[in-house]
Amino acid sequence: MKRALAILLMIVLVGSLFTGCKKEDQVVLNVYNWGDYIDEDIFDTFEEETGIKVNYETYATNEEMYTKIKKGGTQYDIAIPSDYMIEKMIKEDLVEPLDLTKIPNYANIDDRFKNLDFDPNNEYSVPYFWGTVGIIYNTNLISDPIDSWSVLWDAKYANQFTMVDSQRDSIMVALKKLGYSMNTKSVDELEAAKQALIEQKPLVLAYVGDNVKDMLISEEAAMAVVWSGEASNVIQEYDNFEYVLPKEGSNIWFDNIVIPKGAKNIDAAHEFINFLCRGDIGFKNADYVGYATCNTETMKLLDPALMGTTYAYPDDSLLSNFEIFQDPGDFITEYDRIWTEIKAK
Amino acid sequence: MIKRLASGPYLFWLIMFIIVPLLMVFGYSIVQTDSSGNLSVSFSNFARAFDPIYITVLGRSLKIALEATAICLLMGYPMAMILAKMNVKYRTFAVMMFVVPMWMNFLLRTYAWMTILGKNGVLNGILSFFGLPQVQFLYSEGAVLLGMVYNFLPFMVLPIYTVLMKMDSSLIEAAEDLGGNKVTVFSKVILPLSIPGVLSGVSMVFMPAVSTFVISNLLYGGQYMLIGNLIEQQYLVVNDWNFGSAVAMILMALILISMAVMNKVGGDNPEDRGTGLW
Repeated sequence: MKRALAILLMIVLVGSLFTGCKKEDQVVLNVYNWGDYIDEDIFDTFEEETGIKVNYETYATNEEMYTKIKKGGTQYDIAIPSDYMIEKMIKEDLVEPLDLTKIPNYANIDDRFKNLDFDPNNEYSVPYFWGTVGIIYNTNLISDPIDSWSVLWDAKYANQFTMVDSQRDSIMVALKKLGYSMNTKSVDELEAAKQALIEQKPLVLAYVGDNVKDMLISEEAAMAVVWSGEASNVIQEYDNFEYVLPKEGSNIWFDNIVIPKGAKNIDAAHEFINFLCRGDIGFKNADYVGYATCNTETMKLLDPALMGTTYAYPDDSLLSNFEIFQDPGDFITEYDRIWTEIKAK
Repeated sequence: MIKRLASGPYLFWLIMFIIVPLLMVFGYSIVQTDSSGNLSVSFSNFARAFDPIYITVLGRSLKIALEATAICLLMGYPMAMILAKMNVKYRTFAVMMFVVPMWMNFLLRTYAWMTILGKNGVLNGILSFFGLPQVQFLYSEGAVLLGMVYNFLPFMVLPIYTVLMKMDSSLIEAAEDLGGNKVTVFSKVILPLSIPGVLSGVSMVFMPAVSTFVISNLLYGGQYMLIGNLIEQQYLVVNDWNFGSAVAMILMALILISMAVMNKVGGDNPEDRGTGLW
């Protein structure tokens, strides 16, 4: 009797946990994005206009985002992966198809960024920002000209520069320096890149993520491998920084907006994508994050001085050896192994 | 009856959040997925973990964790003695001073060290004020060791302090009456009686130190792979949960073994058990 009573009590108690916080009817959109990659003020604007509240979470690498969505149990309505990761997610059926008729502002997107190889008909993704990977350096601390990845192997700069704590980007730097494609599927070339990175490791100050900007500004590091938008943020505030696109070539990337599988608010997600593609909202984001927009309406609002800068809208001639990352398929395990071995050394 | 019912929630907790996850980790560690997604039972994950590269990582983790534990013990024991002998008036305050920093977020405290040790940080500022050359404190093994000692020292001091506080002072007085000098009293009475506290302090410092990944990540800039970093990387970056789980199982086995060894060492006097924090 007592036992039955206790069990009943427990059920009531546990049950009350769920009823106590019964959700209101308001739709909550779960947005999963790179850190520091959106002007969070626009969430308020979006809520005012549509009544949809945004729940915001961030990740530091494509791989982190992918692992979380792949393992399931998440309910993200929006994610913003890069090119090769979108290709992989489409292959593995991890993204929902888009209904472009619900995204009229898609017309604002520059044709240059539509129908790219990783999503040939934009059935699954809408362009957000694009950019490059290059070297930023502090001209007060480094006077010699920088134009090549090889400076990152120069003992003169030991403990003065940082690399990116992301496997494909760091391996890319080594592959490009050696003159290989960054999408190589040759184990020998990857091994050579591994040796190069291991050789470089004693010279590296740190492998960093989002805190690279602080390290540059505080002069903890004099030089860093960065994504162009980070360079843009720093350069627009401090005159003594320069961003270069290495002559051996580098990575040009595109981040597109997708709806991951398992999303609960497909309609609201479309509404949000449409909102992000609006010229004025795009401008707010571009102004905040510093990356190059894919939106023609946003372009019109931008400061013309940005055109032709290496960090924002570089001249096409500078991008001749640049490549887009591709999904290496199962060969990714080789990249994984090599990255683990480099970090373990 | 009531006793058994009262243990219900704990039993539920134990099964749901300790036993089931452990079995899952174990399950992950002994399977392998091939390219077409088929699962097969295999010990290749464990075999891979014994590759020289990973043995180096393991050795490095054990070494730095042992160093951190030794330093914590050498610093923590005297501190605990000072605390225990303090006048009651100040003692509460002094113990508080040990505990208060722990209220602050662990990550934040580690970040604080980054600004202290940095190239243009507080320490280098002091050095340059005296005209001394800059030193690279941050992003070194020393910085990681410092971070560990700083973060885990209270876990050493508090259990030893508790044991010393509870010690029957008449035993010490008896030893003194029988003509023991300070050294003898300490080595024959105080130290042996405080062993349970030392043991729980040692395991409470060693365990988090051997498995940490945050401290090494922040204070050595992602270049210093400890076993915790290896596991984190397998789970979050390269998505190889099977290998990550195998490494996690090995780490658990190691900790279990070291606990068993310590219990053996301190186990001759069963009455003293439980005098420590746990």
